[in-house]
Amino acid sequence: MLLSIGLPLIIEKLVLIVVVVMSSLVIAMYATFAERKVAAIMQDRRGPNRAGPFGLLQPLADGLKLFFKEEIIPNLSSKLLFILGPCLAMLTAMMTGAVIPWGDKVHFFGRDISLQIADVNIGILYVFGVVSLGVYGIMIGSWASNNKFSLMGGLRAASQIISYELAMGIALIALLMTTGTLSLKEIVQQQQEHWYSWNIIKQPLGFLIFLICAFAECNRTPFDLPEAENELIGGYHTEYSSMKLGFFLFAEYINMFLSSSVMVSLFFGGYDIPFVNDASLAESIGTNWVALIHTAVFLFKAACFLFLFMWVRWTIPRFRYDQLMNLGWKILIPLALINMLATGAFILLQQNNWHF
Amino acid sequence: MSVIEIMFWFLSVLALGAAVMVVASKSPVYSILFLILTFFAISGHYILLNAQFLAIVNIIVYAGAIMVLFLFVVMLMNLNAESEPHQKNKWLLYIGGISGGSLLLVMVAALKKVAATNQLVQMNNGEVGLIKNLGIKLFTDYVFPFEISSVLFLSAMIGAVVISKKEG
Amino acid sequence: MQALTNRAQQVERKPMSLLERAYLPAIFRGMAITFGHMFKKRPTINYPEVTRPFSPVFRGLHILNRDEEGRENCTACGLCAVACPAEAITMEAAERSAGEEKLYREEKYAAKYEINMLRCIFCGLCEEACPKDAIYLSETFAPANFQRKGFIYGKDDLLIPHPITEPEAHAKAKGGRVSLK
Repeated sequence: MLLSIGLPLIIEKLVLIVVVVMSSLVIAMYATFAERKVAAIMQDRRGPNRAGPFGLLQPLADGLKLFFKEEIIPNLSSKLLFILGPCLAMLTAMMTGAVIPWGDKVHFFGRDISLQIADVNIGILYVFGVVSLGVYGIMIGSWASNNKFSLMGGLRAASQIISYELAMGIALIALLMTTGTLSLKEIVQQQQEHWYSWNIIKQPLGFLIFLICAFAECNRTPFDLPEAENELIGGYHTEYSSMKLGFFLFAEYINMFLSSSVMVSLFFGGYDIPFVNDASLAESIGTNWVALIHTAVFLFKAACFLFLFMWVRWTIPRFRYDQLMNLGWKILIPLALINMLATGAFILLQQNNWHF
Repeated sequence: MSVIEIMFWFLSVLALGAAVMVVASKSPVYSILFLILTFFAISGHYILLNAQFLAIVNIIVYAGAIMVLFLFVVMLMNLNAESEPHQKNKWLLYIGGISGGSLLLVMVAALKKVAATNQLVQMNNGEVGLIKNLGIKLFTDYVFPFEISSVLFLSAMIGAVVISKKEG
Repeated sequence: MQALTNRAQQVERKPMSLLERAYLPAIFRGMAITFGHMFKKRPTINYPEVTRPFSPVFRGLHILNRDEEGRENCTACGLCAVACPAEAITMEAAERSAGEEKLYREEKYAAKYEINMLRCIFCGLCEEACPKDAIYLSETFAPANFQRKGFIYGKDDLLIPHPITEPEAHAKAKGGRVSLK
């Protein structure tokens, strides 16, 4: 039943929401630091190492700097939308975290607490919906800036995200045909049995398409045309300053983290520890410890993806716009369609015991 | 008043208010943003009816794709009060009023015939909106309309390709 | 046209093969290159903690030398000022009075000795002109300053610390190269 819920459940979910939001903020913060470090070591430099030990306080210093910068709102902009833009970007970035299963469950105060904020039965569609809304923050912010370059950036973002959403959706359909469920929790649980039951084994092409589309949806290099600093002076956030600019930049990192998490739960077994039987482990060391290890494993896998995001950014140059559109419409969508048809045919054959 | 009723009234007021603002607001960009808000309110209603699939598809398709394209076009055209051509034809106003009013009349007349039960919809416990039931219904009872509409979409897609090819 | 060097290469214009058009192998190769760079040695030196050694011919800030007993070598002969191409050195001579033998080695000494570091070009001609080994170019450089007058170095800035009363500071200022003959 909807809304017939007790107080303990509300408290439990509130705590979980606060923890997830805070930790994704902190992770995004340190992702900016990691980005600078990774960039540095890939370019044989040292990177930030002055603020605190190993430069670990650098993100705090950056955040503080952004807060103390002058807040500039252009005279001819529509002020409400100008402020709404970065807020929406941040909001939609944070919303995905609600359906990701960060771990199995913990046992506290005589209650089994699921480490997932909401196990809705349309989990992956919810992610998809939130991703498709992500473009509004950029579009509204860029239009409200009343600047041609910003508008160009916003339009690029909109057309890019819409184009790549299609291929992403079709790649997902192939995955959903193999899993037979939309719930992220169930998808993760299906991958628990063996290391070879991870969906990456079943859907390698689907994963590749999904990965490329995830790069495009996050506006990361090589798809960072909306902000292309050397063509558009920074694109949609040209007119932004202070923490509103910070929100836009931050939203990008949160998006990166959460899309890494989605990819981990869809294709890499979520919180599954490879080569370990989780049930017997739970019996030997207790549910809570296993949940902790699960979460750590999940975060480790997500961190690997974050590294991949950064690695690609410092390797591959930006696409030209026509190349971007060609890749999206003429390569990825047909590939995803072929993948979907092949998966369908395979499943049908399997159900028919390999007879036509 | 239960929580669900409060949410129902809130969403209804939000949907209707935003829909009025779509017509009333001066800037077309604001109109579109209010339209998006309306879609969200309607999606909220779907969730209250336990039709989560419909709710999220409404958001993905309408708010996430179609409205983005609307916004895209309006932003490119830079419409505002100055660029709007002055409407001289008074008759257009009357015709619009008459046709809108007759539509309202038809709807009121149609709704009057409906048997007024206490509960118009099944709240919470309708299972048909869940994706599994919806899929089964679509592919058994309604498979013909479903296929027809997919053919329609396919032809629309091919038409779009043909139109864009003509230019090049 | 005759090529100036024979390094010019003809650009290939033939259409890409299927493998090249797939684009992914090239991406993986590129990523392997950047990944390899993670394990390369970094040429950066963490400056304030680690300093790079100066080269043996480096000419930095001037030092006015003392002998082993801590007496100033300079006799204010003015040869350095004459040799200076940038006219950065000014000095005033004075006669040593009785009781100052411990301070000045010769009977005449420089009462005032100033080098304008904004004019100095650190050519080292003063060092070569000096008959008394009194001036040396050391291994440091002039630190930044907010005012012009901060760059006019007087005797108290230039003189090397006393070798007997402050042996450590003296050794440090002397560096590895200045020898007391």
